[in-house]
Amino acid sequence: MESTIVKSVDYNAYFGDNHVVKNVNIEIPKNNVVAVMGPSGCGKTTFLRGINRMHELIPGATAKGKILLNGEDVMEMHPIFVRLKIGMVFQRPNPFPNLSIYDNVIAGYKLNGIKLPKAEKDRIVEHSLTRVALWKEVKDSLTKKGSFLSGGQQQRLCIARAVAMEPEVLLFDEPTSALDPISTSTVEELFHELKKNYTLIIVTHNMQQAARVSDKTAFFYMGELVEYDNTKKMFTNPSDIRTQNYITGRFS
Amino acid sequence: METLVDNDLIARPDESLGRAFSAPKPKDAAKASKRIKRSHRQIRTETFFRRSLIIVGLLMVALVFAIMLTLIVESIPSIKALGAGYLWGKTWDPVKDVYGALPFLMGTLLTSFLALLISVPFSFAVAIVLGEYYPQGWLSNLLKNMVELIAAVPSVIYGFWGLAVLVPIVRTFETSLGVPPMGYGIFSSSLILAIMIIPYAASLGRSMIQMVPANLKEAAYSLGATRWEVIRSVILPYTKSGLFAGVLLSLGRALGETMAVTMVIGNTTLMPNGIFSTGNTMASVIANELGEADKVVYNSALVELGLVLFLVTVVINMIGKKVIGKFTNE
Amino acid sequence: MDAHIKYRIGKSSAFQIVTILFAAACVVPLLAILYYIISAGISKVDWNFITNVEKPVGEVGGGIAHALVGSMLIILGASVIAIPLGILCGIFLSENKKSRLAYWSRLSVDILQGVPSIVIGIVAYIWIVKPLGYSAISGSIALSIMMLPIIIRSTEETLKMLPDSLREAAFALGVPFHRVILKVIVPCGISGILSGVMLSIARIAGETAPLLFTAFGYQFLSTNMAKPMETLPHLIFKYAITPYKDWQDLAWGASCILLLWVLLLNIFTKLITRRWKVQL
Repeated sequence: MESTIVKSVDYNAYFGDNHVVKNVNIEIPKNNVVAVMGPSGCGKTTFLRGINRMHELIPGATAKGKILLNGEDVMEMHPIFVRLKIGMVFQRPNPFPNLSIYDNVIAGYKLNGIKLPKAEKDRIVEHSLTRVALWKEVKDSLTKKGSFLSGGQQQRLCIARAVAMEPEVLLFDEPTSALDPISTSTVEELFHELKKNYTLIIVTHNMQQAARVSDKTAFFYMGELVEYDNTKKMFTNPSDIRTQNYITGRFS
Repeated sequence: METLVDNDLIARPDESLGRAFSAPKPKDAAKASKRIKRSHRQIRTETFFRRSLIIVGLLMVALVFAIMLTLIVESIPSIKALGAGYLWGKTWDPVKDVYGALPFLMGTLLTSFLALLISVPFSFAVAIVLGEYYPQGWLSNLLKNMVELIAAVPSVIYGFWGLAVLVPIVRTFETSLGVPPMGYGIFSSSLILAIMIIPYAASLGRSMIQMVPANLKEAAYSLGATRWEVIRSVILPYTKSGLFAGVLLSLGRALGETMAVTMVIGNTTLMPNGIFSTGNTMASVIANELGEADKVVYNSALVELGLVLFLVTVVINMIGKKVIGKFTNE
Repeated sequence: MDAHIKYRIGKSSAFQIVTILFAAACVVPLLAILYYIISAGISKVDWNFITNVEKPVGEVGGGIAHALVGSMLIILGASVIAIPLGILCGIFLSENKKSRLAYWSRLSVDILQGVPSIVIGIVAYIWIVKPLGYSAISGSIALSIMMLPIIIRSTEETLKMLPDSLREAAFALGVPFHRVILKVIVPCGISGILSGVMLSIARIAGETAPLLFTAFGYQFLSTNMAKPMETLPHLIFKYAITPYKDWQDLAWGASCILLLWVLLLNIFTKLITRRWKVQL
């Protein structure tokens, strides 16, 4: 049985007068990995950033419509609440350069001014780093700055940072596009682990990645949601000609 | 598309707060309600912080307006009593209530332009050496830091050094020229000013010269140009507006410089009759007399000098910034 | 033809040598001043000099304690006003690149930066001294207006250089705006902000013109901010233009201390900027 956790209703996003996401209706089932793909400039990243209201941080950006999280419209909530419940990982790893690895993991608590007992903090750090398969690599250098890690490790640290807040949904914005192939496969393996506890929405440029990691795939084109279906069906028997053109490489 | 404040700074509506976290799981209820309380406080602080930023931004605009308004309002008695003749009256005699600012205007113009004339070759030399000949290396780093230090030395120390060292030297020089050996005066002031304003044109000129695209220079080199020819025919034409802006910034500094000039110019209120004559600049006469100007018109006449100084430096600096802005956009 | 090329190369080298000579010549007056002030002043500096206050002409053993204390208090007062306002305004400008208020605010800061210090002095005189009389606090206010543009500019420039990804990382964790700024953005740009603050202090530490008719000067040790107060640069000015040798000697000593103070602040700023830089 699958219950819907995130649902968008007639969602539209704009940069000034530029209409970049058009009337998107989508239902994301709980504990699934949903890949969002499409050519550059198709609005997939903007849509993703709309889900946790990061979109409106850009001057001039506006949005209309509803994004329901467990039936509640996030557009009506204060963005702070939304972002505590929906974590995000970015294209480029962005650990806080002024914080140690340890503090980076609990940055969500630290920066929000949430005081936790030391033991609780230790538990969260170990737990989160274990989840992203980084604990063994960094457990002896927790006091070093996060920027000393390699790109792949930094990205896993950023995932651990998001996981540490125990969100319900994790958003990934092309999480492996700045990583080497080996780091990429490590991160991809994580997705299978993470979906046991969270719902993952992954924007990706890379069709093979979408096919490898996701349960469902959404295809965006020119700001519209063209097709949304089980990944297997999408890649073997797409129903829209534009999807077919895209996955067969007729345009990119 | 212009808004008064970016979207990001407009506080979010608060009425939605109550709806967040409306259905916490029972076991987390206590934790969640604590979190909500704290988050509500955070949101109020956030709104407060955003507003404080806007207020501080407004404050700067208000400050400049207040400064200008104060100078204008306080100049009114003098403008009313003396009219426009104030600016070309040649006599300044507070005892007889005669106020003509021309000697000070002349003093300021003479010292500033003479200083500029002396300092520009040196500033440009520094700019070319640091921007083109030796952009790196410890020696050029040292030169760069030394030139920056010139701007760091307090002006009262320049004045004191001028008084003790430069004035006697100038006096000897004047004796050898056969002019009245005062030592004090426009010439000494200009020398001190020239040293003080070197860094402004030099550092701006250096960064402008470093911005000249390498391919332009390489094009000239590939045609067989020598280094000097590249500087003359590529670098200087390319950077001329930037160098001009640097000269303007130096001029702005020179016009407003007070203490060093006050200490070596001689402080006479007569019309200067040459570059070796003593005199007063607008800034130095304000420094000397404002504290003891007890009569309303006297006081106001000095403030009006300040207003003139303010307007002139603002205009010069604005032109300078515009020129730099244009240059860096291109 | 060959001779012509030789001539051009010779001309190029000649120009290079002349330019370097001119550039090197700039350093000469600076070194002369440093040497002269330090050699004339350092012998006057001793314990009495630092701890005593002004004595009448003819009496030996006068000192500059009152001016040292006064300078520090007035600078402290100016810093208390200018540092928070300056940093906040710098944050405002870096967070609002395009709004109309930011445009006017930035223009105002530009204008403020070019205003001659004597004009700031006049304004402080009219605002505070005319109604309330000479006071140290009016000097602090005048100096704080001079500090503002330096702090604002360096804060704005520093924060603008930080990548957007940093703010986004914090916002995505549900961190409220003020905490993103105060806990992430400001700590990452702290070296640039601090260097602006230190430079502004170095700049006003030697300012005299705005103090002439605000803090005014005073011959005794005073810590009352509502009363006139002596400052180091003003003391130098006052003593330097007297004909008395004792007082001029005091001025040499004071110049030496002021110069070292300002130079150390500048050098310290450079070191701090390097040391505290957050590696991005």
